[in-house]
Amino acid sequence: MANMAQAIRMALHYGEENLDVKHIFGEDVGAPLGGVMTKTQGLKTAWNSPLDERGIVGTAMGLAQTGMRSVAEIQFSDYIFNTFDLLKIAGNSCWSSRGQFPMPMVLMAITGGGIHGSIYHSHSIDGWVTRLAGWKIVQPSTPIDAYGLMLSAIEDPNPVMFLPPKSLLRVKGSEKIAGEPEDERELRKLIDKPIKGDATNWQPTWPDIEYTPIPLGEAKLLREGSDAVVISYGRHVLMAKNVADKLSKEGFGEVQVLDLRTLYPYDWAAISQAVRQSGRVLIVTEETEITQFGEHLLRRIVDEHFYSLTVRPRVLAGAHVPGIGLAQSLEKASIPQEIDVEKELKALLSEIA
Amino acid sequence: MDTQREGEHVVQVDRFPVQPFKDKNFSLNFYRQMMRARVLDERLIKMVKSGQGHFWIGGPGEEAFSTSLGMLVDKGEGLEHDYLHLHYRNNSVVMAMGMPMVEFIRQMASKQSDIFSGGRNFSGHCAYRPWNVVPVTSTIETQFSVAPGTAMAQLTNREEGKKSGVTIVVGGDAGSAEADFATAMIWASRPGKELPLLMIVTNNGWGISTAAETQHGEKHVHERAKPFGIKTAMVDGLQADKVWAAISKALEYVRETGKPFMLECMVSRMYGHSSSSGANLVEGEACPIDIFEKKLLKSQWLDAEEIKKIRAELEEECNEAHEKVLTEELPTADSIYEYSFADKNEGGIPGRDF
Repeated sequence: MANMAQAIRMALHYGEENLDVKHIFGEDVGAPLGGVMTKTQGLKTAWNSPLDERGIVGTAMGLAQTGMRSVAEIQFSDYIFNTFDLLKIAGNSCWSSRGQFPMPMVLMAITGGGIHGSIYHSHSIDGWVTRLAGWKIVQPSTPIDAYGLMLSAIEDPNPVMFLPPKSLLRVKGSEKIAGEPEDERELRKLIDKPIKGDATNWQPTWPDIEYTPIPLGEAKLLREGSDAVVISYGRHVLMAKNVADKLSKEGFGEVQVLDLRTLYPYDWAAISQAVRQSGRVLIVTEETEITQFGEHLLRRIVDEHFYSLTVRPRVLAGAHVPGIGLAQSLEKASIPQEIDVEKELKALLSEIA
Repeated sequence: MDTQREGEHVVQVDRFPVQPFKDKNFSLNFYRQMMRARVLDERLIKMVKSGQGHFWIGGPGEEAFSTSLGMLVDKGEGLEHDYLHLHYRNNSVVMAMGMPMVEFIRQMASKQSDIFSGGRNFSGHCAYRPWNVVPVTSTIETQFSVAPGTAMAQLTNREEGKKSGVTIVVGGDAGSAEADFATAMIWASRPGKELPLLMIVTNNGWGISTAAETQHGEKHVHERAKPFGIKTAMVDGLQADKVWAAISKALEYVRETGKPFMLECMVSRMYGHSSSSGANLVEGEACPIDIFEKKLLKSQWLDAEEIKKIRAELEEECNEAHEKVLTEELPTADSIYEYSFADKNEGGIPGRDF
C-alpha cells in the first residue's frame, strides 16, 4: 500500500495531468529534492521557489485571481505565521469583492508533532487556521483519504489548506488507491526517486491511478461503537482507534471513532448523530489547549446537544506551552499520547450517568 | 456579482496621438479626467464630514499619475489583458479606465449597490473583475506579494504562446518598507523566469503622519530594484506629460521584454493621509491639476471661463450621482454571509452553512 507521501504525490500527478494544475511550488518542492518529505518528487509542474513564505502564499493567490490552478507548499506549518495577513485576504477576497474574485488555490503544509521536531517542526495550527473564515481546512489521517481529499481540494473553487500530519507521511495505508499496484515494492520502484546512485535524469513511471475524490466536509466513521464517541482527526484519530480497539478487547465498552478529515466545513451531521447515539464524548486534538478547535466543537456540542449528553464531555489537547520541547520526555508531556487517550476514555466510559 | 453597467461609463480614449500633449483634444480630455477625479475626491471628503460615509482615503495630488495609468492600461478580463494590483489612493486610475463617478460614491456610502464590495469595504478599495482590477486591500504592502502570481500566470501564458498582458502593482513609498516589496523584486527577477511586472511606487514622502526622510535612509526607493537587475526610472508625477511618457515607456518595456520594471513617481498628498487626519487641504503640497491648467492656459487651449464650465459640468455629474445614491439601500443584515465561499452563496458560521 502507498504511504501518505506517495498518495499525495499521485494525487498531485493526477491534478497536473487531468485537473489543470499548472504550478506546484514552494521551498525545495521541485528537483532535486521533490519536497522535504518527497511529496512532490517527479512532478512535471513542480518547481523550487525562493525561501519566502509570503511570496509563496501571495503568488498562489495571484495565480488564483486569474483562475490558474496551483498547489503551493509551506514547508512546515510552523513557518506559516508570517503569512497570516495574506491568508486573511485569501479568505476574504471572494466575500469582499461580492463574489468577483474567488481564490481557487491549495496551500499544503505538513503539521503537528511526533517527529522530534522541536519548537519549529512540531506545531499544530488547527485553531489558528480554522479561524480564517473563507478557507476550507483539510487534515487526512490515511493515504487513501489524502489522495481523495487532495483531488477535491484541487477542484474546489475556494482556498483550501491541506494539512497532512508530519508523522503519518511514511505510514502505509490499509486500503488501496484505485489503480495503485498490488505490490508496494513495485510502487516504490515506479514513483520513488532512487536513494542510491545518480538520479539526475530519473523520471517516475506513474501508475494508471483513478479519479476517486472524497468530498470536503464529510467525516469518516473509523470504528463503530455505542458506548462513547471519540471525535478527532489526523494522527490522533488513529491513536484513538488503537485505544478503542484495546478497550474493547479488555471489556471496557465499544467506542465509536469519528475522523473529521475536514476541519472546516466540518461534518456537523455526523458529529450530531454520534453524540446523540452515546451521550459520551471525547474530542482529541494535539494543539495547545487554550482557545483551540476542539474547544469550539465542545461548545457547539454543549449548546446544541446538551440534553443528549449523559456525562461531562471532554477535550484532550496539548499542554499550553510556548513550544514542543525536543527531548522525548518533553514532547510526550506536551502532546497527548495513547496512554492519555486511554486514561480519558476509561474515565469517560466509567463515569456514572 | 453585477455585470458591467453598460451605458453609465464615460468614453474611454482607446487610441492616443503620437505626441499626446501636443494634441488639443487629448490634452483637454486629460484635463477633464484629472478634474473629475478631484471633484469626486472633494465630494467623498464632504460625504465623510457630513456623516454620509465612514472613512475617506484618496488621491488628490496623484491625478496626473493616476489618469495616465488608467488611460494606458490594456483594459479587459483575463490573462490577455493587464492585471491591476492597486493602492487605496487609486480610485482615479479606475475612473480614468471608464468607471462612472456613481460607483465610487456608492462605495463611500456603503450601499448594497456598491459594485466593488457591496458596502463591505472602505472607499478607495476597488475590485472589478471585468477589468482585472483585483481587490484593493487596506494593508499597504500585500499587493506586492500577490502581484507576482498574476504575472506568473501571464508568463505561463506567454510560454504557451498565448497573447498576454502584463501585471501592474502600485504602492506608496511607506509601504516599500514592508517585506512584500522585497518579495516582488525577488520573485519578478528569478533568473530565466523573469515576470512581466511593472512595480510603481507613488512617493508622496509620507507614511500616515511620519515623514519618509525620518525613516528611510535610501535616497530613492527605485534604486533598491537595481541590484536585482530590474530596470528603473523616477519621474515627476506632478507633470502630466512627463508621467504619461514614463508610464508609457515602462509599460512598453514590460510588454516587449516580459521583464520587470520599477517606476517611482514623485507625487503630492494634498489632503493629508485620510479622514483620520482631517482631510483638509495641506499648505505647500503641489497640485498637478494647477500645473497642467497653467500649461493649457498658456497655450490658449483653455481659458478661465472654460475652466469654470468644465468644473460646473463635473459638479453636476457628481450631484446627479450623489442624489441617486442617497436613495439607494444599505446591504441587508442577513446578507453578511453571502460570498463567504465561491461555491455556496451563504455560509461562514456553523448552523448557517454546512
